[in-house]
Amino acid sequence: MTKIATRDAYGDALVALGKKRNDVVVLDADLSGSTKTGKFAKVFPDRFFNIGIAEQDMVGTAAGLSLAGKLPFASTFAVFATGRAWEQVRQSVCYPNLNVKIVASHAGITVGEDGGSHQSVEDIALMRVLPNMTVIVPADGPETSQAIEAVAEYKGPCYVRVGRNKVPTLFGEDYQFKIGKAHVFNEGKDAAIIACGIMVAEALAARDLLKAEGIDAGVINMSTIKPIDTGAIVAAAKRCGAIVTAEEHSIIGGLGGAVAEVLSESAPVPMVRIGVKDAFGTSGDQEGLMKHYGLTAGDIVAAVKEAIKKKKKD
Amino acid sequence: MPVTEEQLKTLKDKARNVRIDILKMLTECGSGHTGGSLSAADIATALYFSKMKYDPKKPDWKGRDNFILSKGHAAPLLYTVLAHAGFIEHAELCTLRKLGSRLQGHPDSKHVPGVEISTGSLGQGLSVANGLALAHKLDKAPNRVYVLLGDGELQEGQVWEAAMTSAHYKLDNLCALVDNNGLQIDGPVAKVMGVEPITDKFRAFGWAVQDVDGHDLEKILGALDKAETTKGKPSMIVCRTVKGKGSKCFEGRVEFHGTTPSKDELDAAMKELSEETVCK
Repeated sequence: MTKIATRDAYGDALVALGKKRNDVVVLDADLSGSTKTGKFAKVFPDRFFNIGIAEQDMVGTAAGLSLAGKLPFASTFAVFATGRAWEQVRQSVCYPNLNVKIVASHAGITVGEDGGSHQSVEDIALMRVLPNMTVIVPADGPETSQAIEAVAEYKGPCYVRVGRNKVPTLFGEDYQFKIGKAHVFNEGKDAAIIACGIMVAEALAARDLLKAEGIDAGVINMSTIKPIDTGAIVAAAKRCGAIVTAEEHSIIGGLGGAVAEVLSESAPVPMVRIGVKDAFGTSGDQEGLMKHYGLTAGDIVAAVKEAIKKKKKD
Repeated sequence: MPVTEEQLKTLKDKARNVRIDILKMLTECGSGHTGGSLSAADIATALYFSKMKYDPKKPDWKGRDNFILSKGHAAPLLYTVLAHAGFIEHAELCTLRKLGSRLQGHPDSKHVPGVEISTGSLGQGLSVANGLALAHKLDKAPNRVYVLLGDGELQEGQVWEAAMTSAHYKLDNLCALVDNNGLQIDGPVAKVMGVEPITDKFRAFGWAVQDVDGHDLEKILGALDKAETTKGKPSMIVCRTVKGKGSKCFEGRVEFHGTTPSKDELDAAMKELSEETVCK
């Protein structure tokens, strides 16, 4: 199985996009080596703007570039792009509804050793609450490339969340990403796992483990968190009667929150959320952190069984 | 280009009428920012009725100069000059801050032609102006970018991030102006959180800085001309102004930062400024 970090896929997608479109400009806040915008900077130095360690100014500058007809991609770590510069994203990007793309890397706890200050477990929630904002969390390299192309075509503010570490490639050449459209790997019968980002691979592993125990769990890749694919969620709830969400993010306000909103209003069924349980991150390696925060395939297996149990009680 | 006596007289009349309309709309509305709209009236008049290129029939015209009101609470001033410039109807000014109106308490670029970007949360306009200036440089376009900041607004850290960016990228197509009226909502700027010496600070940040009387149209225009010929650096014009300028009722009175004139105050002010009917 090939593995590629979604941030690397982003860097390559930017270069490809830059070759196709002259209006693409890229901004970074002194992390271009890490976010991989440095790849674009190397090929198109005139269209790359390093703003220094000043995320708020970076977002405002991106807004200005978009006003003049450019297509700006602004990148830094997720914790800074969505936290430090949140109000700039709100006032100067979302409120005027400008065509600015914020692509943030090193999201979630798998930043690893840098620790809690750098591990963004709130960014999906922070971006999702903003009117006009589209929020995308790609699961692998190919989906990231397609998501970057899609947000370039889409007119309006977008947030794309990418990660530091290599993740297994799940999608082949026949895959077609569409903003707002979930991808159903398999429908399942007993429960459906709705996942995003690096948790999609964990969900697929969990599905295989469950199958060996005679439990038929569906897996849905919900890469667009906003606008969320309500139809796919309701269909899964009606088909399986139990839902598990899985995200490398707080269980508050992210994918789990978004799915819970849909379920409670349109198709109430038992639900269990896998994610960081209202806590900050801590230093460690990826494997250790995934275990520590309960984000492994094994944790998803347990959550699916719990959801099914709740269903039977009802 | 130096202005003629006649042009100057026309501009002074314009500034007076802008002040009259600001006061009438604010009195009609009963809420809004009086002091900072009046203090910057001459600056906005110089920009909109002498300096800037734009086409009110085509607000998105590519060749236009850009103006960003970073101190978005002076929205009444912006709406008034946009009405005088022909972007919106004069009659619409009476709708300020009312439910369903395009004229929000702070400017909303989604709905008002001529408003480049929504502002209101302070400290963000200079960054946006930098983005526009960078884009014009990339396009090798002659458009100039103007941004108006408040002096209290300089307390926002983002302004100084942006000030570094303007100088770092040598944005000589950018001209920032500070409405240095010395008052903010909680009191004198010097008492709340001192920002002086503004000129020295921007010079140290790599800007070409001028210091002018912000109510002398000739001086403002001269400074804008000079800024246009300055190469390799962004320009800052610190405009020394009086908050509430135009009527003794409001001048230098901090309470008029965020409050509006009473009927009597409006009447008194109208005696000082010549009358031109806008809001009935």
